[in-house]
Amino acid sequence: MTYIVKPINHHPNLEKNALGLTRRDYEGTISTLCAGCGHDSISAAVIEACYDLSLASDQIAKLSGIGCSSKSPSYFLNQAHGFNSVHGRMPSVATGANLGNQDLLYLGVSGDGDTAGIGIGQFMHAARRQLNITYIVENNGTYGLTKGQFSATNDQGSKSKYGEENVLAPIDLAAMAIQLGAGFVGRSFSGDKDQLVPLLKAAMKFKGFSLIDIISPCVTFNNHVGSTKSYDHIREHNESVSSLDFVPIGQEIKTSYKEGSKVDLPLHDGAILTLEKLSKKYNPLDKGLAVQSLNEAEKNGKVLTGLLYINPEIKDHAEILNIADTPLNQFSDKELCPGSNKLAKVNASLN
Amino acid sequence: MDTKYLFKRHNTYWVKVAVPKDLRKDLGFDLRTSLHTHELSEAQKLREAVVEDFKSQIFAAKENLKQSNGKTPVKTFMPVTDTSDPQYYHKVVDCQYACPAHTPVPEYIRKISQNEYTEAYMINWESNVFPGILGRTCDRPCEPACRRTRTHEKPVAICRLKRVAADFKDDVSDLLPKAPDKSNGKKIALIGGGPASLTVARDLIVMGYECTLFEKDPQAGGLMRTNIPSFRLPEEVLDAEVDQILSMGLKTKFNSEITSLKDFLKKDFDAVFIGTGAPKGKDLNIDGREDAEANIHIGIDFLTSIAFEHIDSIGKKVIVLGGGNTAMDCCRSSLRLGAEDVKVVVRSPFSQMKASEWEIEDAMEENIPILENHVPKKFLHEAGKLVGMEFQKVEAVFDDKGNRSLVPTSDEPVILECDDVLVAIGQDNSFEWIERDIGLEFGEWDMPVVNPSTFQSTHPKVFFGGDAAWGPENIIWAAAHGHQAAISIHKFCQDEDINDRPAPGTNLVSQKMGLHEWSYDNDISQAKRFLVPKADQDTALKSLKIEVEKGFDANLAMEEAQRCLNCDVQTVFSEGLCIECDACVDICPTDCINFMFNGPEDEVRQNTRIPALNIEQDLLVSKILPTKRTMFKDEDVCLHCGLCAERCPTGAWDMQTFLYEEAKVYS
Repeated sequence: MTYIVKPINHHPNLEKNALGLTRRDYEGTISTLCAGCGHDSISAAVIEACYDLSLASDQIAKLSGIGCSSKSPSYFLNQAHGFNSVHGRMPSVATGANLGNQDLLYLGVSGDGDTAGIGIGQFMHAARRQLNITYIVENNGTYGLTKGQFSATNDQGSKSKYGEENVLAPIDLAAMAIQLGAGFVGRSFSGDKDQLVPLLKAAMKFKGFSLIDIISPCVTFNNHVGSTKSYDHIREHNESVSSLDFVPIGQEIKTSYKEGSKVDLPLHDGAILTLEKLSKKYNPLDKGLAVQSLNEAEKNGKVLTGLLYINPEIKDHAEILNIADTPLNQFSDKELCPGSNKLAKVNASLN
Repeated sequence: MDTKYLFKRHNTYWVKVAVPKDLRKDLGFDLRTSLHTHELSEAQKLREAVVEDFKSQIFAAKENLKQSNGKTPVKTFMPVTDTSDPQYYHKVVDCQYACPAHTPVPEYIRKISQNEYTEAYMINWESNVFPGILGRTCDRPCEPACRRTRTHEKPVAICRLKRVAADFKDDVSDLLPKAPDKSNGKKIALIGGGPASLTVARDLIVMGYECTLFEKDPQAGGLMRTNIPSFRLPEEVLDAEVDQILSMGLKTKFNSEITSLKDFLKKDFDAVFIGTGAPKGKDLNIDGREDAEANIHIGIDFLTSIAFEHIDSIGKKVIVLGGGNTAMDCCRSSLRLGAEDVKVVVRSPFSQMKASEWEIEDAMEENIPILENHVPKKFLHEAGKLVGMEFQKVEAVFDDKGNRSLVPTSDEPVILECDDVLVAIGQDNSFEWIERDIGLEFGEWDMPVVNPSTFQSTHPKVFFGGDAAWGPENIIWAAAHGHQAAISIHKFCQDEDINDRPAPGTNLVSQKMGLHEWSYDNDISQAKRFLVPKADQDTALKSLKIEVEKGFDANLAMEEAQRCLNCDVQTVFSEGLCIECDACVDICPTDCINFMFNGPEDEVRQNTRIPALNIEQDLLVSKILPTKRTMFKDEDVCLHCGLCAERCPTGAWDMQTFLYEEAKVYS
């Protein structure tokens, strides 16, 4: 833990975004996680993405559960709204918030224990319901806060810090989310911001349930030889399916990819997601292929990263359930209590 | 804020494009030009064409180089930084690097913040010999170099902290080195009793040399005594530090001006050091100079006369000519001698005055007007008495090459009344006493030919230093010269090769005390530079002896010392330990750290998180890492807060104090 406050001094040439804010304006308090924790890199990537998109912090709500991962919202966007919920119950809180106000950008931050362990039921239903949220799983395969037991995403055969092997098969959150109907599923690595930042930007702009499962090594309990979630292991076994460029609305597409390898995907607000397919076989629009590829990769000991699946045409829960666009707090008494005449009409319609 | 290729200078935007290493011989380090605008948006518009032009120049030069080599150039990579070269980390300590004597500034500032004033004083004394004097009068080359200026703040008040060390120290007499009981039999003559000679004496006496000082004035100190008024440097402070050296066993011959070096060399001395300064004030030979002679005085002679109490009054109306520090001392002294209307008149624009910024401020605080762009034309006199001066107004015009000329305007000549004029327009050396047939060569501007690193003249026995070597500079230069000349004289007397210079002493020690604890205070102070308290002006102006600046008290000194960024606590990187987790990149408040692929320097500098455009500041380049990337750290605005090392899980970053001690004759 660091005892000093991060100095407010910044580089004199630090650039500003469209809101006139610097990257430093999106920071939170200094991290209390272990030095070198992958979660801190993810926080930095979130900061980078929000800065790049020129998002206003007061239009963002950070929601989390319990765990090292769920502490991390303190370390970014200190001017955003935040809710640190009960263990594994973040999706419920997010659902409530979402019903109350669709205008905010919901950033769910959870870990492998919070999501694949205690909160797996909540997670599955949020995905199934197409809750409009960017759901980040900071996945280190271990229970760091309780000294390094295997979590539900830990790979079979992977060794703990103390030497014993994990005998149980892992839950693949990405594959599960695809099967449950999530519209945007990606996987990335905390040590690869070039991939992670555009992926985060695209996920934040996606309307519907977007999951990014981010492998985030635990330097204290899961970064040793024999672990399949260490910096070294992920770097050696990382297989990226696509390279991603997020082009905000109104900007020209400048990246030039090889003929035939490029896919442009329009998002809801007119922004464009440009993908370069790194593998000829892969197609992120093909649900069956995505799940199959994930299974194959797991069998071969590879970690498939990038945008794994996207369905740009999906409807989010608000659209499906026909929920009013106006946030609840903007309704006046008159609209909320339309009077006895209206009530009588409603009652009559039920006869 | 998109400032790519742009930087600000005097509030004006400039474009700068780095030049690749192999072309620097032809094009210089970078190509730059002013955009003549204060507006960022304007500058952004103008930038493109200029950058294009620069790039095509660089391209053309590259093509030329290719043709002259006859082969295609190989893509260059930035070499791994050799941190074992003492100059690498030395350069990171900007203040120490800029100081001619290379005083370990952050080291003594830390001592001050720990209330260890005596230790702080001794660090200074060892390096610059006159901490109490310099703490009041130094030209402070360290302060504009201070890293705080690059984070857009005012520099740490390094000079005035030096004074704090001197003001609050205990008795240091037991800590000062003594001459050995037995002399080594070699005799050294020192001509001129200023800071350069005194430094040589201090260094050589410790080595057992018998040193004799010849001074034309009745006391030692040189310009420190004659040219710096007591209201800036009290006599007791000067005496104390000069006496420290005299009492080490320096033989002195006061009131003995040497008039012939030829005769002097016949005396029994093994070596002669000449530190006679630049004692001749420049005169202004314009109309009326001779007729009004009685009321026209040369600035430095005037100050000398005050110092030795030969004069105690001046006319009511005084004009001081010149824009240097001597002019500032002259005008302020005049006020204290009873003048009622003192004006400083300079030829150049105000912004180009030679005096230090703070000395101009001090004069202006005493309500002395400074008239710029006035070229003196005539001394006006009536019946043999000076009554005024006539000036021509001019404006500064710059040609394409940036050369300045002062062009007269169409304004009427300006007439200013006065009773006395002080001419402070520069100083010259005076070597009439050195015969030209003794094997001591003179070069340009009638200055002796002196080797810039050994300070030896073409006469092997004769050494020069201070202002006598290369013209007027500041005390701190004299001290630096003195140390080097002492080394040369020692080597000369011991029949060693004087070109073989001793290496500096260096030490690199980790400051890690615990998981996140350092033995230095790494919290960055957000305080603004503190002002030095001053004496009440009404009282101060009544006497030449009342010191204007009162100096920091212990609390202010502590606060100001906290502003130091500890640039000598180096960020040391060990690639073998790095797991490339990016924690340092994420935490660095000033975005100094980058992990990227190596390439030519100009490319690397453009591709860092924030382009590393200040090419005077080095990049720390690591060996190649497992992911084939290289770590580049831009030293430019690193705050030395140590957060990279705190957030590093493997100790690949460590904070290590680098102590650099310039070699002395006795080290």
